[in-house]
Amino acid sequence: MSTRTVLHEADIARALTRIAHEILESNKGPHNLVLLGIPTRGVTLARRIGALLAEFGGETVPVGALDVTMYRDDLAQHPTRTPQPTEIPDGGIDGKTVVLVDDVLFSGRSIRAALDAIGDIGRPAIVRLATLVDRGHRELPIRPDFVGKNLPSARDERVNVRLAEIDSEESVTIEGH
Amino acid sequence: MRHLLNTKDLSRDEAVRILDVAEDMADTQQREVKKLPTLRGKTVVNLFFEDSTRTRISFEAAAKRLSADVINFSAKGSSVSKGESLQDTAQTLQAMGADAVVVRHQASGAPRTLATSGWISAGVVNAGDGTHAHPTQALLDAFTIRKRCFGADSRGRDLAGLRVAIVGDILHSRVARSNVWLLHTLGAHVTLVGPPTLIPQDVSAWPVTVEYDLDAAIAAGPDALMMLRIQLERMNAAYFPTEREYTRAWGLDAGRLAALPADSIVMHPGPMNRGLEISADAADSPRSTVLEQVTNGVSVRMAVLYLLLAGGRGDEKENA
Repeated sequence: MSTRTVLHEADIARALTRIAHEILESNKGPHNLVLLGIPTRGVTLARRIGALLAEFGGETVPVGALDVTMYRDDLAQHPTRTPQPTEIPDGGIDGKTVVLVDDVLFSGRSIRAALDAIGDIGRPAIVRLATLVDRGHRELPIRPDFVGKNLPSARDERVNVRLAEIDSEESVTIEGH
Repeated sequence: MRHLLNTKDLSRDEAVRILDVAEDMADTQQREVKKLPTLRGKTVVNLFFEDSTRTRISFEAAAKRLSADVINFSAKGSSVSKGESLQDTAQTLQAMGADAVVVRHQASGAPRTLATSGWISAGVVNAGDGTHAHPTQALLDAFTIRKRCFGADSRGRDLAGLRVAIVGDILHSRVARSNVWLLHTLGAHVTLVGPPTLIPQDVSAWPVTVEYDLDAAIAAGPDALMMLRIQLERMNAAYFPTEREYTRAWGLDAGRLAALPADSIVMHPGPMNRGLEISADAADSPRSTVLEQVTNGVSVRMAVLYLLLAGGRGDEKENA
């Protein structure tokens, strides 16, 4: 069992800064944006990106949380998961450009669940996907629009994202054999 | 969670977890599309040996909002003796492929028999058995108290330090029994109030204080006052001289309502006997949570069905 650190604190900060700039570039400014983080760490990342967007774009961007537990297709394969709160910012998501934020993109099944959840909440004009780490092994036709780091990994390796707000340290590590 | 039979078996963390999941369910009920796909393909059977409107409808709504299929099975009028009837019915349900059975029965302990007999593999939810337990009612009461007291900060909290007075027919009330255990587990202090004839003879094993005078209980300033229905159908003995006398001594009228602290809430599990245990003033006042309790009931039952049915079977380690 070996663990190697792929991103350090400064790397994560740089990646998020770049993602924020890319979002502003593709959206031509912060107008009409809503960030929705997928719990748990996606929410933390969405808040950080939201703060960066406000800094670079000069306009506050609404940030919320979107829990996808109730929409997962693998609930029966795991012990019962406890759902997390969903917070939709005031103003909703109808007609907005929603950027989903997750920490690790793997099979793509969480994102499929997130798209279903969004459909029950409203009808955004555009949905985009930002992820800190894309580790490959997609099982569905889903691809991210904004990626912090592409991380080729073996299917049985574990990618751990740790963030200061939750884990009191800041790193992305990969655990293998 | 494999079954939900009573609240006495629940630990504090398990109870808080159910209430927290219910918060998430309540949030989804504010959306445009209230239906969640979570329990698609699961079958929930409502097995009611005793009359019920709101509990059955509440369970039915909860199961449907989670996309489960619901079969309502009313066993009323069965001429087979109770034990056999329950076994036969249970095996029929098993053959129909039920994933969960919501059972109400006039005999205390019937849900436990169903859960432990080996007749069925489905999860069992007790929707009220005899005078024993009614766990989802207690959970929705606790949820309502928590939501009124802590609002948006409710998640993760118990009811430590809160004082709840349960008033009326404690003797026949499964709602009171389930509430006593759950509220105690969650850290609240429970006072039972009522005529001595309607309080069980020996409650020394219960974690409660007993008070026979409603005015004294109100003067103590409870955070929640839970009025129980006088179960007229069970009043075959002389528990109190007349209904008017009961109302005068233990009914919540306008005067007693005014004597309650300003932020106390008035609860009633329904159906209400207006003018008997609760006056119209109290029932319709902004402090009354009667309708909130009904709304919250659906969220709490969604949470229970979710925790019972969504996870993988055979894997009992839970992240509670």
